[in-house]
Amino acid sequence: MTAAIEVHALHKRYGEFEAVRGIDISVAAGEVFGLLGPNGAGKTTTVEILEGYRERSAGEVSVLGHDPVRRELALRRRIGIVLQAAGIYSQLTPREALRHWAGFYPAPRSVEEVLALVGLQEKADVRARKLSGGQLRRLDFALALVGDPELIFLDEPTTGFDPEARRAAWETIRSLKALGKTILLTTHYLDEAQALADRVAIVKDGRVLAIGPPRELSVGAAHYRVAYRDSGGDLVEVQTDDPTRTLHELTEQALARGERLEELSVGRPSLEDVYLELTADA
Amino acid sequence: MPDALALTWRQYRLERRMFWRNPSAAFFNFALPLLFLVAGGAILSGRQHDLNLLVPAIAGMAVMSTTFTALAYNVVFLRERGVLKRIRGTPLPTGAYFGGVAANAITNTAVQIAIITVAGKLFFGIGWPRDWLELVVFVLAGVVCFAALGVAFAHTIPNFESTAAYVNAVFLPVVFVSFYVFDSKSAPAFLRHIAEALPLKPLIDGLYAAIVTGAGIGENVSALVVIALWGGFGVVFAVRGFTWEQRRS
Repeated sequence: MTAAIEVHALHKRYGEFEAVRGIDISVAAGEVFGLLGPNGAGKTTTVEILEGYRERSAGEVSVLGHDPVRRELALRRRIGIVLQAAGIYSQLTPREALRHWAGFYPAPRSVEEVLALVGLQEKADVRARKLSGGQLRRLDFALALVGDPELIFLDEPTTGFDPEARRAAWETIRSLKALGKTILLTTHYLDEAQALADRVAIVKDGRVLAIGPPRELSVGAAHYRVAYRDSGGDLVEVQTDDPTRTLHELTEQALARGERLEELSVGRPSLEDVYLELTADA
Repeated sequence: MPDALALTWRQYRLERRMFWRNPSAAFFNFALPLLFLVAGGAILSGRQHDLNLLVPAIAGMAVMSTTFTALAYNVVFLRERGVLKRIRGTPLPTGAYFGGVAANAITNTAVQIAIITVAGKLFFGIGWPRDWLELVVFVLAGVVCFAALGVAFAHTIPNFESTAAYVNAVFLPVVFVSFYVFDSKSAPAFLRHIAEALPLKPLIDGLYAAIVTGAGIGENVSALVVIALWGGFGVVFAVRGFTWEQRRS
């Protein structure tokens, strides 16, 4: 598979502060890639370099074969951007804004189709000033999608959403993946990364701490948990790299004492465990 | 494939539509100079010499308010709201965007000048402008100059809340000094020098010649030079300092 995004040894410095300190990522065409990390980790800086908003201090970057810093129209016609926060003309309705935006692109999607995709049909003719925060966020999505881009940047797309709105946004993102779009997503929600991303890079202090599919990321980075309730009724949790041996020892001892291990469970380390372990302040 | 000219036209039409949907902008752009004209006309009624000064002075102020004031507001508002940043992420060419925005401002100026000119003929006993070419030349020069200065000035305004204070701190003194010096033969020399060095008074001089006296462009070359110098200064700083994004505090 060809890479939609290649980033090598990316650095970004704001005066004395180094926001990005050597990031390497490669996103394949058709992949949903998540940049996961706490606020201030350098996620947005990285994405905004890829979108062409900022110049990098050092490193190599390729987006669909272009260097984004040159801001070529040919690249901007192929990408869609959902910024973390961006306003829209408050006097326009979603339908009007989408019609106008569609005119920027050589082969736009139909406005009706995009309105349906983001679930904004009922508000299509209401001026933006009267839309709720969640509806405006859907309009953000719609404006980024109307040009039918191959590559979509989503910078914290569901921050501030209620659970229902978040699920709806996830469905939209999944349907984009089903259409074969490449998506670069930043988020500080673990469940979001786990639910959507094919691969995740955990970022902190401008560096990638771990990278891989969410379910595999755990290997080596955190421990399995074996838990049970002891004879006194207290919950005991044992962390281990080798759950087979641990389980064998625990059950052997319990059988020897003639006890049961109540509520015995073995837990894979979740992405949350990995994340918390990696991003914990030393 | 959308070309730049078609996109400029689309942007222009969008700007027109939004302009009419924003009543306060429409009021400040259209009604305010006309209110000044009506109020001034009522006060100066029957004094033809004063009316001859009033009409070109209001025309000059209308040029400044439809370009300098309107664009400074517009740029700061869209920048602070993140609309400019969003547009920058699309394939809309920068030139097409600003072409549409500028054409919108120029339309407002043209409509105002037309209204003021007709009012001068119908209600103020001035007759039709004596030199149409000169009128067009000065209005165009004033539009370019004040539009560029408005965009450049937007760079100095830190947030939308303070836009009115910043804009009026420039607009009102410039209008007062320019009107006063234009009207009064006995204005102190230092005020006269200040007014002559600023672009509004030369613009009003040119409009006065075009509308009232018919003294040709040749008589007002120095006024045109002052406007052009400010325009050049404005264009350089409008382009150089332009920021598409809200400044980080």
